[in-house]
Amino acid sequence: MATPNTPLWEVFIRSRNGLAHKHVGSLHASDATMALQAARDIYTRRGEGLSIWVVPSSAITASDPADKGMMFEPAESKIYRHPTFYEVPEEVGHM
Amino acid sequence: MYTQALNTSDADDRGLEDAERAAHFQARIDAEERIEPNDWMPAAYRKTLIRQISQHAHSEIVGMLPEGNWITRAPTLRRKAALLAKVQDECGHGLYLYAAAETLGASREQLVDAMLAGKAKYSSIFNYPTLTWADIGVIGWLVDGAAIMNQIPLCRCSYGPYARAMIRVCKEESFHQRQGYEIVLTLARGSDEQKAMAQDALNRWWWPVLMMFGPPDKASQHGDTSTRWKIKRFSNDELRQKFVDATVPQAQFLGLTIPDPGMTQDGDGHWRYSEIDWDEFKQVLAGNGPCNRDRIAARRKAHDEGAWVREAAAAYAEKRKYRQTAQAAE
Amino acid sequence: MAIANVQVSETPLVLYTLRRADDALILGHRLSEWCGHAPMLEEDMALSNIALDLLGLARELYSYTAQVEGRDNDEDKLAYLRDVRQYRNLLLVEQPNGEFARTLVRQLFYSAFADLYWRAMMKSGDATLAAIAAKSEKESAYHLRHSSEWIIRLGDGTAESHARAQTAIDDLWAFTGEMFTVDESERGLIETSVAIDPAGLRPQWLKTVSDVIGEATLAVPTNDWMQQGGRGGRHSEHLGHLLSELQHMQRTFPGLTW
Repeated sequence: MATPNTPLWEVFIRSRNGLAHKHVGSLHASDATMALQAARDIYTRRGEGLSIWVVPSSAITASDPADKGMMFEPAESKIYRHPTFYEVPEEVGHM
Repeated sequence: MYTQALNTSDADDRGLEDAERAAHFQARIDAEERIEPNDWMPAAYRKTLIRQISQHAHSEIVGMLPEGNWITRAPTLRRKAALLAKVQDECGHGLYLYAAAETLGASREQLVDAMLAGKAKYSSIFNYPTLTWADIGVIGWLVDGAAIMNQIPLCRCSYGPYARAMIRVCKEESFHQRQGYEIVLTLARGSDEQKAMAQDALNRWWWPVLMMFGPPDKASQHGDTSTRWKIKRFSNDELRQKFVDATVPQAQFLGLTIPDPGMTQDGDGHWRYSEIDWDEFKQVLAGNGPCNRDRIAARRKAHDEGAWVREAAAAYAEKRKYRQTAQAAE
Repeated sequence: MAIANVQVSETPLVLYTLRRADDALILGHRLSEWCGHAPMLEEDMALSNIALDLLGLARELYSYTAQVEGRDNDEDKLAYLRDVRQYRNLLLVEQPNGEFARTLVRQLFYSAFADLYWRAMMKSGDATLAAIAAKSEKESAYHLRHSSEWIIRLGDGTAESHARAQTAIDDLWAFTGEMFTVDESERGLIETSVAIDPAGLRPQWLKTVSDVIGEATLAVPTNDWMQQGGRGGRHSEHLGHLLSELQHMQRTFPGLTW
């Protein structure tokens, strides 16, 4: 049986008091609690974190690419084209 | 149907690329700009990066196995803790790299499936067995040493997420090689048996490590565009030579002999090594190295036996979402 | 004639710290066996982190044991050159990992105890143990949260995960009593507030564990027969194999530096 893809989360860490959260990478977790736990284990092993934010990657809205010379509509998009960010009806099958 | 998939460029996926876009892209690369996930990129750039980054990720994860083989038998508590920390770092590196590959549109599950099916490669070096404690020292010294040589230039590669992952990796990598060298140094200064153990390990790992840098420049098929797109900043032979030149004095300091009787130093001080047995390399890449089958079997076992765990986590998450929705509706 | 095993002068405080050191080493060693084989990479990291915490704790406790003993033992002699009958760890921690549910149930049972134990030991009259406790308490709290979240997901996940978790709980329950026992050697230490009486921790331990098991839709076993013996060197057959692996290098190449 094919396991559904585990959701992708983006991780932001505030490493020291006074700094803003910084994006450090992503991880896979089934829910928010597990995502926070995993973020601590992966991205703060060397004491790098005072505060951790985890956000489902698909929930983030991005502006269009910085380079205005590229021919995109000035519209909103996902942060990247991950297979799990887009819903495909079951009938279409595995993609 | 696809939802607001506005950052697709299906056009370039079908190879119908606008020459103007491609030229502009190349100009950005030449100006040392970073390409980020939502930027326009040629399909071939995307494809080659997914291949390279995922191969790198697979290598880190498979690389946990030969060293992990000695965690339960490490000869002191200090070595045990250090080895466990090192192998855990490698797991983390694999995670950072999968994360970078995913920004290009592949899912980790797809990439791992390809590796388990034998369709995706990982570094040939991890298909060799760790037979003694000395192997652990030699791996840290030589294998990590070779990896560092490859990874430092990648910190400046053109693709942003990959470069940033590499910076993170390099920061953590520095203690790995030192740890390995210290293990070998302790053996080299130890009993006759320990010294012989170290020499034996060097004899078995030296040539496979040289093969890590890949085929000679003439033979490599991926070279040109990778160089032009600043994914690969030095050639295989350049890095291999740099590695040999750095390592020979280290071996001399240890009082160990590089297993290459024909190696000589040239007028410029470079160490000219003998011809590498590229047949062995081809065999290992084709799946016939000493440990290929064991490595894949171990990863497949972990994957298969972990399926029910992943399913349980997913099932719970669904239930929780349903309960939260039901509660909100009250 | 050379003696293969080091001897330990097991005066009360030496024996007390040695027991905690052995718990940490054996459990840390068991968890390290998962490295490279966990169900997902994120869990490989988590279990290795816990193993590293425990190995660090073991090293501090062995060093302190050797210091208190005041002879020429050190952390490695104690870990690598005592045989099964000299080891003083709980039976619970030497049980094999089995599959993921079994490992996490063992973690729940042990870390629910360790969390309470180290918090109480922060008030130990022994300054070194109190300092070790302060550090370990933070780590144990995290270990407990980690295993609790997993037991909830396994119990309240799929039918298969539920069954595996319940089996693990049923099989390991009999090993949970030993953590709360006290023998004569510890009574003096308890009276002088160097050690705490673990029996006092059991009600809270039971509540914590029962709450997690309940939220996981699993059942607390009803049998109350408890296995014992580890604290006195009467171990299960598992420990011998574990030590064979752990001690292999030092036994095969005696007296060398690594």
